Amino acid sequence: MLIESIWFFIWGLLWAVFFMTDGFDFGVGSLYPFLGKNENDKRVMMNSLGPLWDGNEVWLITAGGVTFAAFPKVYAVMFSTLYSPLMIILFALILRGVSFEFRGKIDNPKWKKIWDICFVVGSFTPALLFGVAFANIFQGIPFDGNGVFHGTLFTLLNPYGLLGGALFLLLFLEHGSLWLCIKTEGDLYERAVNASEKIWPFLLFVAVAFLFATLFTTTLYNNYFASPALFIVILITVAALMGTRFFINKRAFFKAWFSSGLTIAGTTFFGIIGLFPNMFPSSMEPEVSLTAFNASSSPLTLKIMLTIVVIVIPVVIAYQVWVYNLFKFKITDDDLEY
Amino acid sequence: MSVEVLSRLQFAAATMFHFLFVPLTLGLSILIAYMETMYVKTEDETYLRMTKFWGKLFLINFALGIVTGITLEFQFGTNWSRYSAYVGDIFGSLLAIEASVAFFLESTLIGVWVFGWNKISKKAHAIVMWLIAFAGTFSGIWIIAANAWMQHPVGYTIRNGRAELTDFFAILTQKFAILEFFHTISAAYILSSFFIMGISAYHLLKKQNIEFFTRSFKIALVLGLVFSFFEAFEGHLHGADLAESQPAKLAALDAHWETSKKAPMYLFAIPDQENERNIIEIGPIPGMLSLLAHHDINAEVIGLKDIPKDERPPVLITYSAFKIMVGLGFYFCLMTLLGWFFKDRLTEKTWYLKMLMLSIPLPYIAIEMGWIVAEVGRQPWIVYGIMKTSDAVSPITSGQVLTTLISFVLVYGLLGAVGFYLIWTNARKGPDKV
Ligand code: HDD
Ligand code: HEM
Ligand code: HEM
Repeated sequence: MLIESIWFFIWGLLWAVFFMTDGFDFGVGSLYPFLGKNENDKRVMMNSLGPLWDGNEVWLITAGGVTFAAFPKVYAVMFSTLYSPLMIILFALILRGVSFEFRGKIDNPKWKKIWDICFVVGSFTPALLFGVAFANIFQGIPFDGNGVFHGTLFTLLNPYGLLGGALFLLLFLEHGSLWLCIKTEGDLYERAVNASEKIWPFLLFVAVAFLFATLFTTTLYNNYFASPALFIVILITVAALMGTRFFINKRAFFKAWFSSGLTIAGTTFFGIIGLFPNMFPSSMEPEVSLTAFNASSSPLTLKIMLTIVVIVIPVVIAYQVWVYNLFKFKITDDDLEY
Repeated sequence: MSVEVLSRLQFAAATMFHFLFVPLTLGLSILIAYMETMYVKTEDETYLRMTKFWGKLFLINFALGIVTGITLEFQFGTNWSRYSAYVGDIFGSLLAIEASVAFFLESTLIGVWVFGWNKISKKAHAIVMWLIAFAGTFSGIWIIAANAWMQHPVGYTIRNGRAELTDFFAILTQKFAILEFFHTISAAYILSSFFIMGISAYHLLKKQNIEFFTRSFKIALVLGLVFSFFEAFEGHLHGADLAESQPAKLAALDAHWETSKKAPMYLFAIPDQENERNIIEIGPIPGMLSLLAHHDINAEVIGLKDIPKDERPPVLITYSAFKIMVGLGFYFCLMTLLGWFFKDRLTEKTWYLKMLMLSIPLPYIAIEMGWIVAEVGRQPWIVYGIMKTSDAVSPITSGQVLTTLISFVLVYGLLGAVGFYLIWTNARKGPDKV
């Protein structure tokens, strides 16, 4: 029981870190058409992500791999029932990934335009769809005991799902604009600051709406009412959201960015804790819901994997922190690669 | 078409496309790391220009390798969910380890290499490329172990209605995994070496940057020569191992129908699966198959007729792919050997340079044929002997898979064309002056 619970939280942690890190990449990509007024701005925006996005994306790959290793049934049923949205996300990520490498290779406005579009679509789509997918998981997915999905892509686009999508999108937009505040200078910097201030109230509004909607459409709060100490997670998340605004005011953008990262992690954990021990609840037949206990791997696999993850993940975090430190300076024209 | 057929087509398209880029990443990373190390050691600017020139081609290729890999990581769940639930205990762990120990390192450091030229010392920068090369190879170890387990499952027991892990170490150290790893990695080195030699040949024919491309050529030649010969020898061991691990595949490789002693090998044959015979058989070499498979000219080799009809792989595809791969393998030995004799008067040997230029696609073909041998030859099993491919497929609709299959073909086709175009134009342009 214990080891399954530990794995459940590692699983949540991997998603949280993925949203925290690749989240600002998605945000910058979605803001790109609005803040990038000229070629130089665009190049600066892309280059602000250049050294980091790929390492960030591996958190997603690892979250996928770990789901497969520790909870094979969840991996199987989650990804086959969510076939269409997941494929859309993957294609979007493909387009985003190549646009970094391809855009600057030919100096022609039409060529650049193509990769600009791919970059924006490839950033915006996952930002929205991850939110839609997670909100739907929170409220339960219509699948039966054979893992067959009873619905279509549009089943997932219900009001609560869309609210989740809006929440994730706004979280990432805020996070991305703050990253630009850290990395840029001049006009672009001014626009980024402005954006971070404008997005924040919308984010606050949608976040509050989501907290309430969750009360009425899901059973997530049951765990919180059962052990009220858990409410601290929600408090920290709200505090981090307030802190973001506070640090924006003080023009302490690194702290603000960190705070918004914490908000994202907190939001993810808010859901994960509420789900526990469910991982992929069925809204059709609650008794076939997949939980950390009925979907996990054998104890031997869980033990071996736990040993590896406990050693490797801290090392990964250590070298990623080193790389973030190396590239947190403000970009000048000499630093433009793409 | 059924969900199964569509999913197989989609998986084949996705992996084979991914594997167009993987081998060049594996080989070129090592060569670039070597070039950069030489630059740090000798301060010779030519080595820096080499690092940057080949590095640029490397990065275009790398981007495509990465984006095509991501879809693969999820496709076992999307399209093979029954398989994933059945073997995730074992297979999933290998994939998860690959991501956490190898992909993180590789993808984090690639950013440092591209953007870090003036941010870290020269020495540290060269070390970063060595680490990238290491991480790529290391990722190969895990994914190949996973694939080898599907080819020859060990270290498991069937419990709770699925395959559960009993011996992790056995999976990593089994003979099949080791053979497959060395075979794949050597193939990657051969491909990278022909890539560099071919592009160098183009410039040498045009008599431009002669010193630069002769030097590049020689570095690649050494790698290519060693691994072409190694590959032929190692491939033989790989084939011989099949006599025990997958007799059906071995029989299909040589279209061998009747179980017999002193089994012959044919120089050319056209198998006819329907009627369990070969339509044409030319040039039998008596006892050759027995010799290769069991190192004994009189040994008995199991024929396809002794394998239940519904457990035989598609013979014609497996057979042809195998012959093409092996034929090309010998061609690579020949070409690299010639290169060794010509290496100091390359510019005189224009016919040889022309042939090398045209040979750039051949290792790609050999590699794809190799995977077809391994994967199609394993059919109808998805995990040899324990799970059939038809039992592995997800309960999704064929409309869904058809849509994604078409998207894969379109998107990958376009990306492939763009990638090819970019690599080609940049390769033709030649090195910058620095
Ligand atoms: C870790 C597992 C694994 C790895 C490393 C590979 N494959 Fe594979 N391959 C499979 C696991 C697999 C699979 C999941 O088992 C498939 C899907 C359907 C099937 O029967 O096997 C398969 C099918 C499959 C097929 C179609 C066979 C058929 O349906 O008749 C081809 C042509 C390839 N693969 C080619 C490749 C290539 C080019 C690879 C190089 C990256 C590759 N495979 C790596
Ligand atoms: C079907 C099985 C496979 C899966 C699921 C898979 C998965 C992946 C993923 C997710 C990536 C992107 C990682 C990143 O972003 O850094 C990737 C890249 C890579 N894969 Fe695979 N892969 C498969 C087959 C193979 C094989 C057989 C090898 C080699 C022996 C291999 C070697 C590599 C390498 C070297 C990269 C680095 C990127 C590049 O190719 O340029 N992969 N793979
Ligand atoms: C010259 C003689 C060669 C022989 C006798 C040989 C033999 C084999 C055999 C028996 C297999 C199937 C193993 C399995 O069932 O999984 C195989 C697979 C493969 N071959 Fe070859 N091979 C040769 C040359 C080459 C060359 C030159 C390349 C590429 C440059 C290549 C690339 C591959 C690849 C990528 C695979 C699939 C991975 C694997 O199973 O190892 N081979 N080869």
